[in-house]
Amino acid sequence: MPKPHGGKLILRYQEKKADDFSDYTKIEINTNLSEDVLNIANGVFSPIEGFLSRNDLENIIVDKRLTNDTPWTIPILLDYDGKSNIKPGDRVLLVNNETGVKAILEVEEIYDYDKKKLVDAIFRTKDENHPGVSNIYSMKDKFLGGKITLIDSKTREFDEYNLTPRETRILFKEKRWREIVAFQTRNPPHIGHEYVQKTALTFVDGVFINPIIGKKKVGDFRDDVILKSYETLIQNYYLKERAVMSILRTSMKYAGPREAIHHAIIRKNFGCTHFIVGRDHAGVGTYYGPYDAHDIFNEFPDLGIVPVFFRSFSRCIKCGSVVNDKICPHDQENHINFSGKKIREILNNGKIPPEDMMRKEVAETILQFKQPFVK
Amino acid sequence: MTEEKKFTTISIPTPLAEKIKKRIKGTGFTSLSSYVTYVLREVISGVEEEREEAFSKDDEKRVKDRLKSLGYLE
Repeated sequence: MPKPHGGKLILRYQEKKADDFSDYTKIEINTNLSEDVLNIANGVFSPIEGFLSRNDLENIIVDKRLTNDTPWTIPILLDYDGKSNIKPGDRVLLVNNETGVKAILEVEEIYDYDKKKLVDAIFRTKDENHPGVSNIYSMKDKFLGGKITLIDSKTREFDEYNLTPRETRILFKEKRWREIVAFQTRNPPHIGHEYVQKTALTFVDGVFINPIIGKKKVGDFRDDVILKSYETLIQNYYLKERAVMSILRTSMKYAGPREAIHHAIIRKNFGCTHFIVGRDHAGVGTYYGPYDAHDIFNEFPDLGIVPVFFRSFSRCIKCGSVVNDKICPHDQENHINFSGKKIREILNNGKIPPEDMMRKEVAETILQFKQPFVK
Repeated sequence: MTEEKKFTTISIPTPLAEKIKKRIKGTGFTSLSSYVTYVLREVISGVEEEREEAFSKDDEKRVKDRLKSLGYLE
């Protein structure tokens, strides 16, 4: 099992909850930021121990690394309106009602940063239509840097699927898995996904299916639908001792190649040795080339997790199986693509998609939900 | 600012530097320094030891109990 990114699994929470924080300046943070707090505290973002300082941010922008040379590509930032008279050295209470997060921030630095420079480096565009760019532009003008300590959070829906890196590392050890491939998803599985996972699984000890749960767009599959459909797939078509599913709560930034590295680092922290990277990973629109998220891995010989690249896959009528562009000699006219849009349309009409697109059991599970899509 | 202390100079034999310069022609490496940095990062990450995580016995038991209760372990 690889050691956590940066060498040490970060755990930043305080067991004792009796302290009085009434003297602390309170800052309400949004749900996405509170997820960042939880991910820092639980080691998902190891070796990050808090919100970034200016030096680390600058280094990430220029070198895609923290100041200590550890690869890191996505800034973890806490924005601040400057109204609370906070000074470096203060301890501030961060709170969020939805997640019940209460955390102490030890303020080390208050700084501003040119947002245009930031988005241009991270997203390769300044276009406000890009969701990640518009999110940065909507942030307040100052940033707070400093370590956090989680005091409390509340039980939430899907917690039974939520494992921390410490838990997955112990789980993999108990299962005697040495090599683990991680698969990230935001959709129920079709046959193509199963093919990719099983192809990778053939060469390692276990597959870690890690759906991203959280804010969705209208028309997306609901989180409970994704989880139940994967449970059905695993139950019917995987060896129980070879597959584990748990969720990841984090917001998508749509930073394409940089986010692919970020996602790989997260899975390394969970204890995975390999990470599946598909076409246009974490991309949106046409901002990135289809394989930019593959190429960027060449810049990180010291990442500590092996990317497993899949370019494209489809069903070939002549081969009679799922194929990829490296193994099938037949023309495009013999290929049926796994179109998520088409599968969604069929399911939306209450019908079962053809079995060469989606497992019948998976489709039936989805159709058991009155409304499988986000409205 | 990060520009301070960001780089340092090391010496390598001139013939080796010449060999590297030839080798990186036409590759994505833009300089001798970027190639040497790449190679050293690779070497350093390769020799770092794989360590067992130091979880306390109590922690490990608590985690295993949770994993069992959730059906991840039998």
